[in-house]
Amino acid sequence: MNQKIIVGAHYGFRDWLGQRVTAVLMAFYTVLLLAVLLVQKPAHYLGWYGVFSSWWMKVATLTFLLCLFYHAWVGMRDIWMDYVKPTGVRLCLQVGTLVWLVACGMWALKIFL
Amino acid sequence: MKLSIYRYDPDKDAAPYMQDFDVPLEPSDRKLLDVLVRLKAQDDSFSFRRSCREGVCGSDAMNINGKNGLACLTDMNEVSEPVVLRPLPGLPVIRDLIVDMTQFFKQYNSVMPYVINNDPLPEKERIQSPKEREELDGLYECILCASCSTACPSFWWNPDKFVGPAGLLQAYRFIADTRDQATNERLDNLEDPYRLFRCHSIMNCVDVCPKGLNPTAAIGKIKEMMVRRAV
Repeated sequence: MNQKIIVGAHYGFRDWLGQRVTAVLMAFYTVLLLAVLLVQKPAHYLGWYGVFSSWWMKVATLTFLLCLFYHAWVGMRDIWMDYVKPTGVRLCLQVGTLVWLVACGMWALKIFL
Repeated sequence: MKLSIYRYDPDKDAAPYMQDFDVPLEPSDRKLLDVLVRLKAQDDSFSFRRSCREGVCGSDAMNINGKNGLACLTDMNEVSEPVVLRPLPGLPVIRDLIVDMTQFFKQYNSVMPYVINNDPLPEKERIQSPKEREELDGLYECILCASCSTACPSFWWNPDKFVGPAGLLQAYRFIADTRDQATNERLDNLEDPYRLFRCHSIMNCVDVCPKGLNPTAAIGKIKEMMVRRAV
């Protein structure tokens, strides 16, 4: 295979910005969740069930989880790009990460819907 | 002064090793480079680069007690003994403290470090207002000693793909220049997951820069310009 160094994929900016935006959204959600927990003080299963039963809390939590998975995708891809050199191995790890995060997203949807 | 120095001559040594030296100081010695020059007179097999001896040429960058810096700007009273000297990390060693900087300069060249302006040449010069010129402060002073890039783990892992802090500081120096007309082309050139976005803002570059420059801030400004362009 040709060993020429190739760069210039012309992406990266959107993911970098997306990672920062999702970080801010997750910070907002963390504050919201702490406030809700302080008010409702769930002590048992039904209490915790109640925290996440309102429609707005479901929407907020699902949005948070989507942000988390996107944020984790960019972060994990960065790690693979930093440290894993062979292209085939890197591609496999990236696909594995993506499949795992999409599966987690589906699981979260199943729990909340 | 006690020194422990990385030695490696590929023609003679099977592997690098650390050699201890004890160099008597003279009253005129001010900087670490003075001691190294004296050591070179004692043992001419010891190799290192130096030129201007006043922090302008950037030749004598090396790893001093674990931190990159210039020997000519390192005050003898501020280094603890034994002074451990190693070549700049991450670059191939040619001999002793001399490293092969080909990769570093390849990355520097890749950012087109010159003003691109297709207007007809003016009679005298391309004028900038004092405010426009101020934008270049903290950028043009870089002496390309490579202390920053070789302190950056992202550059260690991907020196062939990541431009590195020195190259990116220079990239922004020309992006910020009002006389330059290739801003879009320059931003396109850097919009790449490797070339720019391997920087994770850990700021080792800022910590070691012997000229007190801030490549992380310059990288932040490049990203900010990409945001302004996109949204």
